[in-house]
Amino acid sequence: MSFCVLLLIVIIISMVYFVASKGVANFVSGEVKVSEFLFGTKWSPEADTPSYGAFPFISGSFLVTLLAALIASPLSICAALFMTEIVPGWGKKLLQPVIELLSGIPSVVYGFVGLSVIVPFLRDTLPGQGIGVAAGALVLSVMILPTITSVAADALASLPQNLKESSFALGATRWQTISRVILPTTFPAIMTGVVLGMARAFGEALAVQMVIGNAPFVPHSLFESASTLTSVITLGMGNTTMGSPQNNALWSMALVLMLMTFVFVLLVRMLERRNKI
Amino acid sequence: MQFKKSWIMALTLTSVLALSACGNNGGNKATTNNGGNTPAATNTETSSGAKLSGSVLASGSTALQPLVEQVAEKFMDANAGVDIQVQGGGSGTGLTQVSEKQVDIGNSDVFAEEKLKDAAKAAELVDHQVAVVAIAAVSNPAAGVDSLTKQQLVDIFTGKITNWKEVGGADQAIQIINRPASSGTRATFESFALGTKTEDLKGSIQEDSSGTVKKMIGETPGAIGYLALSYLDDSVKTLNYDGVEPSVDNVVAGKYPVWAYEHMYTNGEPNETVKAFLDYFLTDEVQTGDVIELGYIPASKMQVSRDVAGTVTPK
Repeated sequence: MSFCVLLLIVIIISMVYFVASKGVANFVSGEVKVSEFLFGTKWSPEADTPSYGAFPFISGSFLVTLLAALIASPLSICAALFMTEIVPGWGKKLLQPVIELLSGIPSVVYGFVGLSVIVPFLRDTLPGQGIGVAAGALVLSVMILPTITSVAADALASLPQNLKESSFALGATRWQTISRVILPTTFPAIMTGVVLGMARAFGEALAVQMVIGNAPFVPHSLFESASTLTSVITLGMGNTTMGSPQNNALWSMALVLMLMTFVFVLLVRMLERRNKI
Repeated sequence: MQFKKSWIMALTLTSVLALSACGNNGGNKATTNNGGNTPAATNTETSSGAKLSGSVLASGSTALQPLVEQVAEKFMDANAGVDIQVQGGGSGTGLTQVSEKQVDIGNSDVFAEEKLKDAAKAAELVDHQVAVVAIAAVSNPAAGVDSLTKQQLVDIFTGKITNWKEVGGADQAIQIINRPASSGTRATFESFALGTKTEDLKGSIQEDSSGTVKKMIGETPGAIGYLALSYLDDSVKTLNYDGVEPSVDNVVAGKYPVWAYEHMYTNGEPNETVKAFLDYFLTDEVQTGDVIELGYIPASKMQVSRDVAGTVTPK
């Protein structure tokens, strides 16, 4: 038992070390400045004087993640309320399998559905070519729906029954109970679900890569081609040779992703601590 | 205990996300370590004649992968003692791994000298050119253009021409469907069709897989891109280049310039089993069989050859 734990810790520490050491290689060798990497807006690694500005990708990742959370959270929370508070019987029986199904679908299927359904729809109804930030955010929002819904539903279900009963006893209606008692009490737990969903969205690669367009620019409109950290890593990693500045720049992006993951985990921890009080 | 639990939880979460972030490379790493004991390939049974045995590991170019896989199947059927594994991962991965002796064969769409920054490492590798891939500019069928000159293509891919009517087509904005900057297909197209490197344009779309590129060009109004000949069909319009049709015959005769070798690199001279496998690629059976069947052009049929500097000479 303790061996397994030890092994796990060793594996994780070596992995973090591996990503970190490759990620800082460019900065240590002086090939790229940290500030140029983080805030530079020009990404042209194959040019004669290459520049490795990753800001378009960092901003792209944050943009699609936030948009996806904005779209998915209200839907998920409503679904969770429906399952637990409004129609706990058949509502749960109907929604639970749907949510499990959604979380079991592979990313590439989401990407392909995005490319075949969402992109043509956006192209026909809105400006632009359909491919872009909006398509990425829509695909991602469907992908993180199950995460947020199941965490929120768990939180709602574990709410002490007497809280609700007291509220009803005071003469509050169901909507008053939900909006004044249930949601405020479970807010930190629901936020945990939102943050977990955002963590998934931030790290998702394949589906987003297929629909976002991958042009290395900061988008000025939701219907414009943009890139995320993950899409650039997956597009470039196989085509570049290990140890080249371009490959190392991709590892630097992986390092940014890893650090963001730490932030998400910390956020979840903080929310859970608040939840206990 | 609470602290311990939460710490492990945090570590697990991080590891899962870190893994998904670099899954591509981590996966390759693990598999190459498995097949890392390549000296096994030298255990040929000389006692029983020319019987070959051992294992061969090839990785790299996904464009070449289907051909290598199919030929490997045939080769293994004929030589029961040989085990060949073929992995993708991209040209850069193949070249890195063969130069670090993690694999026996590194498949690449480009010359090693173009990818490996370390010239000494590139010099160690031995090139085996097994096939040729030609790339054609293609457009959405509604663009209304049959042929583009080199200069028109350059102007389109550098953003000087933004509407099809400027090159005699429909009044429709041009949408570029490009490959990522590191792609071998893009490097070939830029070197031999445009003759210059291009910057990524704002609003251009980049997709990595040929299937997705074809789908996008077929569906997006005004789209232009480029595809290997094996991917062409009626859903996209194949454009002539300077009036020359991108056909196999024109490529073989040296009339159509946008093509590149598919390379299979070994680190130093290959051992007996690997050599036999690579030699098998150049037999007529494979060159006029599998190579053509899978949409490549036989390297042996080419009437011109090209060196790493791009100089074309008649054979």
